[in-house]
Amino acid sequence: MTDWTNVCALSDLVPDTGVCALVEGKQVAVFRYGDGETIYAISNYDPFGKANVLSRGIVGSIGERPVVASPLYKQHFDLSNGECLEDDNVSVEYFPVRVENGVVQITSAVTA
Amino acid sequence: MSKKRIIVVGNGMVGHNFLATMAESEHASEFELITFSEEPRLAYDRVQLSKYFSGATADDLALTTEAEYDDSGITYLKNEKVVSIDADSKTITTSSGRIEGYDKLILATGSYPFVPPIPGKDQEHCLVYRTIEDLEDITASAKVSKTGVVVGGGLLGLEAANALKAAGLETHVVEFAPRLMAVQLDEGGGKLLRRKIEALGVSVHTEKNTTEIVAGEECRYRMNFADGSFLETDMILFSAGIRPQDELAREFGIDIGPRGGIVVNDYCQTSAEDIYAIGECALWGGMIYGLVAPGYQMAKVVANHITDTLVKLETPALSFEGADMSTKLKLLGVDVASIGDAHARTAGAQSFVFSDDIEEVYKRLIVSADGKKLLGAVLVGDTEAYGTLLQLMLNDMDIPGNPASLILPAMGDEEPVGLGVSALPDTAQICSCFDVSKGDIAAAVQGGCCTMGDVKDATKAATGCGGCAALTKQVMDAELESLGVEVNNDICEHFAYTRVELADIIRVKGYSTFKEVVEGHGKGHGCEICKPTIGSILASFNNEYVLKDDLMPLQDTNDIFLGNMQKDGTYSVVPRVPGGEITPDKLIAIGEVAKEFDLYTKITGGQRIDLFGAQLHELPKIWEKLIAAGLETGHAYGKSLRTVKSCVGSTWCRYGVLDSVSMAIALENRYKGLRSPHKIKFAVSGCTRECAEAQSKDIGVIATETGWSLYVCGNGGMRPRHADLFATELDDDTLIKYIDRVLMFYVRTADKLQRTSVWMENLEGGLDYLKEVVIDDKLGVCDELENDMTRVVSTYQCEWKTTVESPEKLKRFSHFINAAEEDNNLLYVRERGQRRPATELERIELVELNEKR
Ligand code: SRM
Ligand SMILES: Cc1cc2nc3c(=O)[nH]c(=O)nc-3n(C[C@H](O)[C@H](O)[C@H](O)COP(=O)(O)OP(=O)(O)OC[C@H]3O[C@@H](n4cnc5c(N)ncnc54)[C@H](O)[C@@H]3O)c2cc1C
Ligand code: SF4
Ligand code: FES
Repeated sequence: MTDWTNVCALSDLVPDTGVCALVEGKQVAVFRYGDGETIYAISNYDPFGKANVLSRGIVGSIGERPVVASPLYKQHFDLSNGECLEDDNVSVEYFPVRVENGVVQITSAVTA
Repeated sequence: MSKKRIIVVGNGMVGHNFLATMAESEHASEFELITFSEEPRLAYDRVQLSKYFSGATADDLALTTEAEYDDSGITYLKNEKVVSIDADSKTITTSSGRIEGYDKLILATGSYPFVPPIPGKDQEHCLVYRTIEDLEDITASAKVSKTGVVVGGGLLGLEAANALKAAGLETHVVEFAPRLMAVQLDEGGGKLLRRKIEALGVSVHTEKNTTEIVAGEECRYRMNFADGSFLETDMILFSAGIRPQDELAREFGIDIGPRGGIVVNDYCQTSAEDIYAIGECALWGGMIYGLVAPGYQMAKVVANHITDTLVKLETPALSFEGADMSTKLKLLGVDVASIGDAHARTAGAQSFVFSDDIEEVYKRLIVSADGKKLLGAVLVGDTEAYGTLLQLMLNDMDIPGNPASLILPAMGDEEPVGLGVSALPDTAQICSCFDVSKGDIAAAVQGGCCTMGDVKDATKAATGCGGCAALTKQVMDAELESLGVEVNNDICEHFAYTRVELADIIRVKGYSTFKEVVEGHGKGHGCEICKPTIGSILASFNNEYVLKDDLMPLQDTNDIFLGNMQKDGTYSVVPRVPGGEITPDKLIAIGEVAKEFDLYTKITGGQRIDLFGAQLHELPKIWEKLIAAGLETGHAYGKSLRTVKSCVGSTWCRYGVLDSVSMAIALENRYKGLRSPHKIKFAVSGCTRECAEAQSKDIGVIATETGWSLYVCGNGGMRPRHADLFATELDDDTLIKYIDRVLMFYVRTADKLQRTSVWMENLEGGLDYLKEVVIDDKLGVCDELENDMTRVVSTYQCEWKTTVESPEKLKRFSHFINAAEEDNNLLYVRERGQRRPATELERIELVELNEKR
C-alpha cells in the first residue's frame, strides 16, 4: 500500500506557484498549476545550479507541457515527469500527488 | 618584395578613412603606412564638431586612437607639418626637419576657412570654426562676450550661430547674399528658414558687405557695412566658405586649378607621378567637394588604385565619378534639406511648390520637362520625404503618380505616397557616409544579420551622420521578409506582441492581472519570459503590492522573495541608502543584524551595503529588525530604481556648486519602487568634476553655476555608454518634470530587459526625438506621463514592510511548507573573518569530514 504524506492544505498554495515540502527525508517541489486541483511534484534540487530551489521558479507552459523554469539558470523541467527540456540526458525525480478533502498529499514511491 | 611605403599628408577625416581602408585590406601586409598630422591629435569627427559645445569632448569626437593605429601598424606623427615635397627623389620634409621617402604620396590636407580681407579681421576676438582648437578659442571668447556675429549664412555659419546662441550670446548672422544658405536653398526656402531662425532669437542681416572692423562703443567691435549701416559686437566668427589647402602642391610644382584646389583625374592622381590628392583639397572636374562622403569615396578609389596597380597588377576597378551633394540637416533646430538641382538650372525644368505659413513648411520639387523624373528638391520645416526623394533622383526612377503628391501633406485617411524600398535597384546608395548600397545591406541580411545592430556592425550603414537609419531599417526589414524570415518580435510563444504593444494593450484596457491579459490576447499558461514582463508592466502602471496572490506567480527569481537569490539558493539583503547618506545609528543597526544572522557584509558599487547568505526563513526576521531601525527595501532585486549615487556636493566640498546630496535623496525617494523594463540607476554630482560618475547612469544630473544639467541613457555594465546631454540650466522642478517624462516614456516604449542606453540607440529619431517628446511635447502625452508618474509616486510602499505585516505572506518564507527544518544542502567556510559558500572541492572535503565524525 502506498504511504501518502500530508503536505499542506490546497488553499495554502497560491495558484501557479510552488512550495517546497519535506517528504520522507526528500525535498519535493510542489506546484499548483492553474487555480484548480491540478498539482505536480518534482524534486526541489536543481541539477544545473546544484541548489534546492526549483519550487521557487516560474510556472508556465512550453507547447502543451506544464513546466517550471529554474530560478537560477532558467532551464525548464516538465512538471509531469521531471524531464529537462533543454537537455535530454537530465531529468529530476517526480512524485505522485493527490488532493484528498482539500489536503495535498504526496508519496515518494519510486517513479523513475 | 619589400613593403611599399605610403605617406599620407594630413590626418583629417579623409586621410584617416584612407588609412583605415588600407589597414583593413587583405593586402595590408604589403604596405607600410605613415601619416603626418599638423594638428596635435589624430583624426576626429569634424562633421560633429558642434557637439563639442553641448558637452562632447575631444575623446568623444575622436575617430581613432593611438592604440588603434599602433595595433594596425600605422606610424603617426602629430604636430608635424609636411613642408616640402621632392617629386624627383620621392621624399618629403617635415617642419622638424625629418625627411622620409615614399612609394606613393597621398595629399589629404583638407581645407581652411576663408576670411575675407576686411581691415581689422586679425583682432583677438575674430575667430574661425574648423578645428577643436578653434572651438576652445570660441568658448573662451564667448565667456567674455555678450554679443556675437557670424559672418556667413551658409551651412557652417548657421551651425556656428547655433553654438554662439547656445553659449548664451546675443547672436547675429551677417550674409553677403540676399538669402541664407544660398547654395542649397531657393528663395522661398531661404525665406522660411530665415523666419524660423529669427523666431529663435537670432538676428539675420542679408546683403551686408563688411568694409571694416573697428573699435565699438557699446561692444568691443563695430562692423561697418558698405550700405552705411553698422553692427556692434564683442566677437566675430568667420564662416565665409572654405578654401582648399593646396599650399604644398602649389609650391612644389603640382597642378592647381585656377581658383585653387589640387587638380586630380578619375583615379585622384595629381599631375605628379605617384602623388594623389583626396578630400577637400582635391579638385575633380572643376569641383571641390566640401562634404565628407565624396572624400571617403575618393579614399576608396585611391586605396583600390594602389592595391590593383601595385599588388594585383590589374587595371584599377574603381574610379571617382563625382558625387551627389544633397544634404539634410537640422540647423538651429530647423529641418532643412536640399537635393540635386535645387535651383532648377536644368533646361526645361519645372517645379512644384508647397508652402504652408502656418505650419511653417516649405517644399519645392524640381522635375524634368516631361514631369517624369525628379531633378531636385528643397525642403524646409519638414524633411520626412528626403530619403524617398533622394532615391528617386539618384536612381533616375520614374516618379510614381502625380509629382505633387510627393510633397503634399497626407489628407485624411490617404496613405502618404512612399517609395517601396523594393522599387530601389540593388546599386542604390542607402548610406552616403559609408557608401553602403541596398545590395550591401541585403547581403548582410542574407549573411545572418537580423537586427539594426547587426547590420550596423556588418556594413557601417547608419553609423555616420545617422541620416539613413530609417531607410536602412526599411531595406533590412524588406529583405528579411523576402527571405521568408518573419520579422518576429513576439515576446514568446504565448503572446504575438512586443513588450511595447503589450504595454499599450494593458494601459488602454486597464488590465490588472495576467489572467486578463492572457485570456484576451495570448495563449497557453505563460512562461518565465512573458510573466515577468507583464508583471513589470502591470507594476509600472498600477503599482500594486507585487506579492498579491494574482501577481506573485509573475515574479521572477528575485522579486518573488524580495531578495537576490545567490548561487546556493540563499538571498542577499540590501536596504535602501538614499544618495549614499547614512546615519551612524542606521549603520550600527545594519551591523547588528549582519552579526546576529552571520551575514557576509560588503559595500556595493552603488553606495550601499549588501548582506549575503540569508535563508528564506530568516528574511522576515532580518527585515523586521531593519524596518524597526528606520530602513526600507532597496529593491536590489527588482527591475526598478536601484540607487541614486551622489557626491558630497556643495555642503562640504570646496568646489560644489549645488547640493547634490539633497537632490539625490529627493530623486531616490521619488522614484523608488518604480518598476520598469530594466533596472534604472541615477547619479547626481555637485559640480563638473563629476565624482558621482553621473554620465555613466541611466539618469545623470550634474550641477552647474546656472542650474542642473540632465544627462540621459548612460550605462556601465557590459557595454558602457556615455549618457547624452539632454537639457541644461534646469531648476529643481523642471529637472524632476523632465525625469518623470523620460522615465515614463521609457517604461511605455522600451523592450523587455532593455536598459535606457539600448532603448535610446533603437529609438527612431534618437536624442532629438526624445527631446521633442519630452521638452516640446510633440506627441501631446506629457500630461499623461506625468500623471502616471504621480500615481506611482503616491502609491509607493515598502514591500518588505507590507510583507512582514502579513501573516498569510510570511507562510511562504520557510524552506519547507510542512516542516521547520532548514535546507541541509548549505555549506560555508570562513574567510577573512566572514562566511562564504563552500566551493565544490571544499564541499566534498567537508562532507567526508562530517561523515567520519
Ligand atoms: C552587489 C553589486 C556588486 C557589488 O558587490 O558591488 C552587484 C551585484 C549584482 N549585479 Fe550588478 N551589482 C552592483 C553594482 C553594479 C554596477 C555599478 C553601479 O551600479 O554603480 C553596475 C554597472 C552600472 C550599470 O548598471 O550601468 C552593475 C552592472 C550589472 C549588470 C550589467 C548591466 C548592463 O546593463 O550591462 C548586471 C546584469 C543584468 O542586470 O542583466 C548586474 C547584475 C547583478 C546581479 C543582480 C546578478 C544576479 O542576478 O545575481 C548581482 C546580484 C547582487 C546581489 O545578489 O545582491 N549588474 N552592477 C552591486 C550592487 C549595487 C547596489 O547597491 O544596488
Ligand atoms: C563645423 C563643420 C561642420 C561640418 N558638417 C559637415 C556635414 O554635416 N556633412 C559633411 O559631409 N561635411 C561636413 N563638414 C565638412 C567635413 O568636415 C569635411 O568635408 C571633411 O573633414 C574633409 O576631410 P579632409 O580629410 O579632406 O580634411 P580635414 O578633415 O580638414 O583634414 C585635413 C587635415 O590635414 C592637416 N594638414 C593640412 N596640411 C598639412 C600639412 N602640410 N602637413 C600635415 N598636415 C596637414 C590639417 O591640419 C587637417 O588636420 C563640416 C565641417 C565643419 C568644419
Ligand atoms: S563632484 Fe564636485 S562637489 Fe562633488 S565631490 Fe566632486 S568636486 Fe566636490
Ligand atoms: S548617410 Fe550618414 S550614416 Fe548613413
